[in-house]
Amino acid sequence: MTSIVGKFPISLSRLAIYATLLAACAVYLIPLLIMLLTSFKSPDDIRSGNLLSWPEVFTAIGWLKAWDGVGGYFWNSVKITIPAVLISTLLGALNGYVLAMWRFRGSQLFFGLLLFGCFLPFQVVLLPASFTLGQLGLANTTSGLVLVHVVYGLAFTTLFFRNYYVSVPDALVRAARLDGAGFFTIFGRILLPMSTPIIMVCLIWQFTQVWNDFLFGVVFASGDTQPITVALNNLVNTSTGAKEYNVDMAAAMIAGLPTLVVYILAGKYFLRGLTAGAVKG
Amino acid sequence: MSSTVVFTKASPLDALQRWLPKLVLAPSMLIVLLGFYGYILWTFLLSFTSSRFMPSYQWVGLQQYERLLDNDRWWVASKNLMVFGGLFISISLVVGVLLAVLLDQRIRREGFIRTILLYPMALSMIVTGTAWKWLLNPGLGIDKMLRDWGWEGFRFDWLVDPDRVVYCLVIAAVWQASGFVMALFLAGLRGVDQSIIRAAQVDGASLPNIYLRIVLPSLGPVFFSALMILSHIAIKSFDLVASMTAGGPGYASDLPAMFMYAHTFTRGQMGLGAASAILMLGAVLAILVPYLYSELRGKRHD
Repeated sequence: MTSIVGKFPISLSRLAIYATLLAACAVYLIPLLIMLLTSFKSPDDIRSGNLLSWPEVFTAIGWLKAWDGVGGYFWNSVKITIPAVLISTLLGALNGYVLAMWRFRGSQLFFGLLLFGCFLPFQVVLLPASFTLGQLGLANTTSGLVLVHVVYGLAFTTLFFRNYYVSVPDALVRAARLDGAGFFTIFGRILLPMSTPIIMVCLIWQFTQVWNDFLFGVVFASGDTQPITVALNNLVNTSTGAKEYNVDMAAAMIAGLPTLVVYILAGKYFLRGLTAGAVKG
Repeated sequence: MSSTVVFTKASPLDALQRWLPKLVLAPSMLIVLLGFYGYILWTFLLSFTSSRFMPSYQWVGLQQYERLLDNDRWWVASKNLMVFGGLFISISLVVGVLLAVLLDQRIRREGFIRTILLYPMALSMIVTGTAWKWLLNPGLGIDKMLRDWGWEGFRFDWLVDPDRVVYCLVIAAVWQASGFVMALFLAGLRGVDQSIIRAAQVDGASLPNIYLRIVLPSLGPVFFSALMILSHIAIKSFDLVASMTAGGPGYASDLPAMFMYAHTFTRGQMGLGAASAILMLGAVLAILVPYLYSELRGKRHD
């Protein structure tokens, strides 16, 4: 920035830019800060103080009560998320491999049909899906939710891998074929080893999608099999007894922590997944 | 002789190799045809029946759609979607673009700031809704905080005000999604040819002018993508309403997704719920078809 305009106006506008960004950061961070503060307050502190007042005493009672209330559902979410993410990623990788490297008549049409699934408003499949789960004996089970998440996650996972493999040079695969390598050998020896970035993107995307899901959870599960998001919503929106906001906030933190941790550890892949899911059609 | 031996030996394997790609794709094709398109058709069918708690296949023609259009709650939900969607999309776009442009000015610790602006996107809408329900709590939330800080007359009870509750949804949704818009545009800005900006600067154009007249107009596709994603989020918004207001007070903050869920799964109006789901699909298609059309046309030009 070698400017002819002079030093002063430049630095003033820089100051304004930094101030605005700082204010924006505060706006984005303060809700999280308030959640944390509230979760460690006692109910008395909550009534006497305000959102940002420092608690008189820090107490973990809210967290303990919250874990009592939603802890079991946390494990349900784990039981749903891990298999659903792994299966849908594996299927997505295989589908993407076929769609990019082994095109046949109709495969492009299928890709187009699948793509539409990225935009499907799930309301339009909820009823038949719940009939089907009932028929399969999977209604109100975590396995049923795994199945639903695999099916409706397929569109995105396939899209990720297909777009990634399309950019791999054809010559690589053709040479391997001439050497006699088969379908799975090419996949396992050549493509998988170079797929680490897209596997990360896909795993993280699916993890946040499945963990954060509420619609499928509330429709296809009940009672003991509900995921954490549904349990959190039940906890917060029941009107029996005095409201314990510290418990609500602790429970919300518990529900949000896994995806937050993943985001902080692997933010690069998270962002790439978001933009890949958004920009490419 | 030897070649024919090899040929007959390899033939079944060869055939298998040729069929393998199709075999691998077949389960997914079946799933998509059935679970996506078959189910849409099924729901479409149900919307013409008198199904209540259980599916029945008694044909009633367009009766469910007529009931839907006569239903005040559906109109409230649709109107809310217009207000919520319109505000949510436009505010998220403005905030997101502004933050992206500011972050593009060779900011120190840019990665750190970006991380802060984007983290809400990692949270579930249920968590976001729970947090904002508390922040906007009339009596204990921001309402009380500003009074404690000395703004005596301050009142903020939009969450229980039927006329304003939908703006609470907008606030929470913008908080969650505007960082994402920022990230999209920042990626777009990084792709803009810097020499154009430098040339304009040499010509004496001011920075805001350069962005408004030159840079942002060149990001048309990014605008389009962001618009698509945001409208998609808006139409599907269900979790946020469920956790923040449950559609209340009364049904003042209902959205179509909430209407569909309530009628289909708790009020035993399956036919009506199916009809509302089909109308939601129609809304998505109305946005999607022009988008896909322009995408495909763009590809053909490449």
